[in-house]
Amino acid sequence: MLFNGTYILYAMAAILYQVFFFSQNSKVRPVARHFLLAAGILHTITLVARYFAAGHTPLTTHHDTVSFFAWSVTWAFLSFRWRYQIKNFGTFVSLVILALITIALFSSQAINVLPPALQSLWLPIHASIAIAANGFLALGFCGGIMYLLQERELKKKRFGLFYHRLPSLEALDNLSQHCLTIGFPLLTLGIMTGSLWAKQAWGAYWQWDPKETWSLITWLLYAGLLHQRFAIGWRGRRTAIMSVIGFAAVLFTLWGVNFLLSGAHTYVR
Amino acid sequence: MSVDQILILGVNHKTAPVAVREKLSFPDIEVPLAMLGEVPGCQEYCFLSTCNRVEVIFTSPTPEKTVRHIRSFLFAASDLAEEEAIAYTYLHQGTEAISHLYRVAASLDSMVVGEPQILGQLKNAYREASERNCTGIILNRLIHKAFSAAKRVRSETNIGSAAVSISFAAVQLAKKIFGDLKNKKVLLAGAGEMAELAAEHLVSQGCTEVIVANRTLENAIKLATRFKGTAVSLAELHEQLKVADIMVSSTGAPGLILRKEDLLPLMRSRRNRPLFFIDIAVPRDLDPEINTIDNVYLYDVDDLSQVVEVNKSGRTTEAAKAERLVLDEALKFLGWMGNMALAPTIADLRKKAEEIRQAEMAKTLAYVDLSAQEIQAIDKLTSSIINKIMLNPILHLKEECHQDTKQLKLDMIRRFFDLDPRG
Repeated sequence: MLFNGTYILYAMAAILYQVFFFSQNSKVRPVARHFLLAAGILHTITLVARYFAAGHTPLTTHHDTVSFFAWSVTWAFLSFRWRYQIKNFGTFVSLVILALITIALFSSQAINVLPPALQSLWLPIHASIAIAANGFLALGFCGGIMYLLQERELKKKRFGLFYHRLPSLEALDNLSQHCLTIGFPLLTLGIMTGSLWAKQAWGAYWQWDPKETWSLITWLLYAGLLHQRFAIGWRGRRTAIMSVIGFAAVLFTLWGVNFLLSGAHTYVR
Repeated sequence: MSVDQILILGVNHKTAPVAVREKLSFPDIEVPLAMLGEVPGCQEYCFLSTCNRVEVIFTSPTPEKTVRHIRSFLFAASDLAEEEAIAYTYLHQGTEAISHLYRVAASLDSMVVGEPQILGQLKNAYREASERNCTGIILNRLIHKAFSAAKRVRSETNIGSAAVSISFAAVQLAKKIFGDLKNKKVLLAGAGEMAELAAEHLVSQGCTEVIVANRTLENAIKLATRFKGTAVSLAELHEQLKVADIMVSSTGAPGLILRKEDLLPLMRSRRNRPLFFIDIAVPRDLDPEINTIDNVYLYDVDDLSQVVEVNKSGRTTEAAKAERLVLDEALKFLGWMGNMALAPTIADLRKKAEEIRQAEMAKTLAYVDLSAQEIQAIDKLTSSIINKIMLNPILHLKEECHQDTKQLKLDMIRRFFDLDPRG
């Protein structure tokens, strides 16, 4: 029930953000934002309720993971937007949130029994940090997409849907940098806590299970991006493309690994 | 005074080419104001001179004669015959003059529609004229109302923010690339007029530093001083591109002055900070290929006009809105002019007094219980009080006197009794 209500609020917010994007009627935007805020709050309540229903941190099923992912994107965005007024950012972010929450809606909402390996304080720490990192990386992804759209119109000198609606390239470039400087340390921390937990549960810090490998690949992509940015001044289009590729790696780590490859993390479904 | 005594005679970018306008330049505003004072029939006057226009706003009871005098004064320095002078000038009278002035103030008559400088220039012109007592009741009010019309247009329409010209298009694009233009550096290659105009707009939007690179250093220095910038020679162009953010190129060079190969190493030392090139030279100064470099954006004149086209649809509706506001303000002024005569002022005065009397009567009668006879007595009493009080002001107004004094008296009475609605 709670989850369905949350879903409806998210859907409303996403629809209103699209209406605002196309009509540019400034009265719509605050309404959309309030719907998103309401959705975020109800979602928080949903997660807390689920915690009590399950008796442990609800991050061990596919539904819970994706739902928490959507939650972290929402709150990353809501906590972000006060500081960075990016025109029409919400339009893009709300679509990502809606996509995630829709996936959560269609996966099994049954509560699973926690296997002994996962019964540890490391569960909430590792999983929530890793998914919170994903939240900020998702914002970076949206920023990257927006950058590429705006850059394309400026380079081709054909001014269509996006030129007036999207903010300046500089603002979008700054946005993705900000997202990365928060998202990347969280990602690093997520991998480190995962490794510590692995040591405790299985006796080895790293055992090259596909999820670990793909987290490492993702981490390397982002680390490379940050290195290039700070060392030789990569910016603009390249960093935007990299943040899109990086996020694709994040998604593959989340799903591709579970469905295509098998390993220690596979019971997280 | 009739509205038809308000006139504007002038020359602008629409009626006369630069070659003609150049001959009418009045560097010192004191001289024309003194000269206009000598013109027979010219009662109130204000002299506006900018790079795109020279206008005299004046009132005269003998318009035809005064116009001839002022025109010959304007063209005194030129070698043009009277017929030519007539062909290059425009004359607006009455309502037309009022709305023309409002359109000028609101920047609807500018070469770059919506550009903000004209209002400041008009304010200066008015200050100079009023300090020397060249303006009187009519022009004081007319020009003040022109300022408020301009403010209304600016706040109620987007005419100022729409990219209405090439240089505004350049500014708009720069904003889409850099966001804020604060602390951005502009490099001008070539010291032409268009480059100057573009630089002016960029500086007015927050660009702090202007570097002028020109073949002849003398012209570079001249332009650089205008923007409190630095002047360099064209040979230093590459060096300067390491620090500049926006480059406006308008040299008369026959070939390209910057190629893709030249720019690639520079981008490395810039650490890929974006560069925005505006090429307004014909033939072009910049290699079109540089647009393919990451973080480099190149626009030539044709591209910029395309941006202007994009904004055109929005612009026409904004312009229509602005024209409507100007008309609205002009009608308000006409209303005031109509009232600035004897009969309407006396009627207004009587009406005002009667309104006060009625209001006060009603207040008093609300709490005292009086017979019909007593009410009649009070009515009579208050009527005769206000009639006695109003008698002298009205007689004073009716007294025969000089036209100027009459305007003064009307204005004074209207102010004393607050007869004109505010705003």
